[in-house]
Amino acid sequence: MSATMPEKGKMGQLVDWIDARFPLTRTWKEHVSEYYAPKNFNFWYYFGSLALVVLVLQIVTGIFLTMNYKPSAADAFASVEYIMRDVEWGWLIRYMHSTGASAFFIVVYLHMFRGLMYGSYKNPRELVWIFGMLIYLCLMAEAFFGYLLPWGNMSYWGAQVIVSLFGAIPGIGESLVEWIRGDYYISDITLNRFFALHVIALPLALVFLVIAHILALHEVGSNNPDGVEIKKLKGPDGHPVDGIPFHPYYTVKDLVGFVVFAMVFALVLFFAPEMGGYFLEHANFDPANPLQTPEHIAPVWYFTPFYAILRAVPNKLMGVALMGAAVVLFVFLPWLDRSKVKSVRYRGWLWRGFLGAFAVSFIALGYLGLKPATPEYTLAARFFAVVYFAFFLLMPWYTRIDQTKPVPERVTYHAH
Amino acid sequence: MPTKHLAEAMMKKSFHKLVLGVVGLSALTWSAVGAAAEGHNSAMQLARNDVANVASLQRGARNYVNYCSGCHSAKYVRYSRLAKDLSLSEKQVTDNLMFVGERIHDTIKIGMKPEDANHWFGTTPPDLSLIARSRGADYIYSFLKSFYLDPSRPTGTNNLILPGTAMPHVLWELQGLQQAVYDGESDAEHNTVHKKFKEFELAKPGSLSPQEYDQFVRDTVNFLDYIAEPMQIERRNLGMRVLAFLIVFFLFAYFLKKEFWKDVK
Repeated sequence: MSATMPEKGKMGQLVDWIDARFPLTRTWKEHVSEYYAPKNFNFWYYFGSLALVVLVLQIVTGIFLTMNYKPSAADAFASVEYIMRDVEWGWLIRYMHSTGASAFFIVVYLHMFRGLMYGSYKNPRELVWIFGMLIYLCLMAEAFFGYLLPWGNMSYWGAQVIVSLFGAIPGIGESLVEWIRGDYYISDITLNRFFALHVIALPLALVFLVIAHILALHEVGSNNPDGVEIKKLKGPDGHPVDGIPFHPYYTVKDLVGFVVFAMVFALVLFFAPEMGGYFLEHANFDPANPLQTPEHIAPVWYFTPFYAILRAVPNKLMGVALMGAAVVLFVFLPWLDRSKVKSVRYRGWLWRGFLGAFAVSFIALGYLGLKPATPEYTLAARFFAVVYFAFFLLMPWYTRIDQTKPVPERVTYHAH
Repeated sequence: MPTKHLAEAMMKKSFHKLVLGVVGLSALTWSAVGAAAEGHNSAMQLARNDVANVASLQRGARNYVNYCSGCHSAKYVRYSRLAKDLSLSEKQVTDNLMFVGERIHDTIKIGMKPEDANHWFGTTPPDLSLIARSRGADYIYSFLKSFYLDPSRPTGTNNLILPGTAMPHVLWELQGLQQAVYDGESDAEHNTVHKKFKEFELAKPGSLSPQEYDQFVRDTVNFLDYIAEPMQIERRNLGMRVLAFLIVFFLFAYFLKKEFWKDVK
């Protein structure tokens, strides 16, 4: 560089000054401009960067909401309406945050499904996967705590139902529930602590985990739709022959993905912010009322697959345990999957069948969790719950005997 | 090489089939389960209101202050906002919509004390700022059209949409009083008759014709719809502009990507 540019400009001098004190250029190169990613990323690979975009969106809009929100049982509901009506652009910021919450889960679920399809959790990416699962757990907690804050009637009763689940734990259950609420019922005290957790504790944890997730990823390198390790085949320059620098190639590509995402996001935000009662539930436009239970309590859509599993089990403790297992089982995927092949492209029909059945059961459970628990629905939920768990529990068996196809040496890529 | 390409193409095809299958199957479960849970309330009617119709909103505001705001507050709604959004001058609002000495930046409150309300109605009439969002415009429209004579109720009327409501039929002078007509279906097995609502019959006409009453209710519901989300028109307008911008942005981003990716072989 210095050969072609004998005199550095003011900017270059500033960068040199910083580099002598802080690894600015080195970090940029290591993680962006000289991070070599496989060139064959497809549609499914947009959702990682989109998840990061939504995280930033939630943090920024959240900061502005906090400036006018009042975390007290007496004022919370009114302060949200104040934001919606009297604060300049308050409605836009609030809808961005509420739409962003659902968008976060859509993006993260697609991101996770991508990992399942292409075996991104397998050796050597187990820690990438585990950090990702911890992010998902934090995200669920973050969404749950945040949902109480508008202090609508569904906020109140949703929190009431979910918190009371901990009461199913034998022995310590009831005192645990009291400890979580800080009171004998969901009250001002509960709202205050949920606010603290929502705006400080969990966002901090999320940001640290996202950094760990990306550091772990950059240590081992990205997987790709072929499940081929590009690091095995390096060119004379020492870079993977099937790799391209993340910047500028994937920054410009992800920009296209971002714009398309922004269009879908804008369609919801500006034309259907309630999304028919799925993103903002109708009953939540009534203020919290401890004396009046909403007709039908359903959690927001992103929790309903697990809620359906909980309700499918007649015994409360077993239900809670299975619901927990439905989330935690993901963590063990790297060891449940015994296949030598990563990508679904080179796996056999057993894996494809189980993966497809799992996807269907996840969506079906999500739907059933939104519906009242009639006997027919409960029966359906039981069926899909069995399919859901079969995917995990039978995995060591079907991944071992599945007829896989030979994995190519290089990634599949056709220049456009 | 060609055979490999063929295998790849087939692989891709079968994978697409898998994805299609998953989508198709989930759609099937969705619609099948959905069909079983279809709604039932035959008394529900569509409000067909239009929050962009300012004249209707002005009439609705008039109806609200004349007939609703004696008992129902709209405590998040400011009079000054009404002036701005309903194309009224502050003087027009002060003269026509404000009766009890409020100031223009105040919100719509009521004079009735909660204790009195409890004493008179057994409950506090709900604040209506957000009623159109929690219940929906169609619900309120149907509710206001579904009062019928029922001597067993202390108010003399009952409501088909919200049976046992504490609210008296405050619009009876306008609508008149109606009788509910039922179809009887005898159930010999349980020795009872299932009553199925058929229609309303006007027992005593009011000062408005049925068409005029419908319009009166529609305007009022329109106003409630507007106050539940006063920025909704601004929201849609901004949305169109944001989408237009994003379409242009997309073209730039797309061609930028194409240009960079030319050298990826």
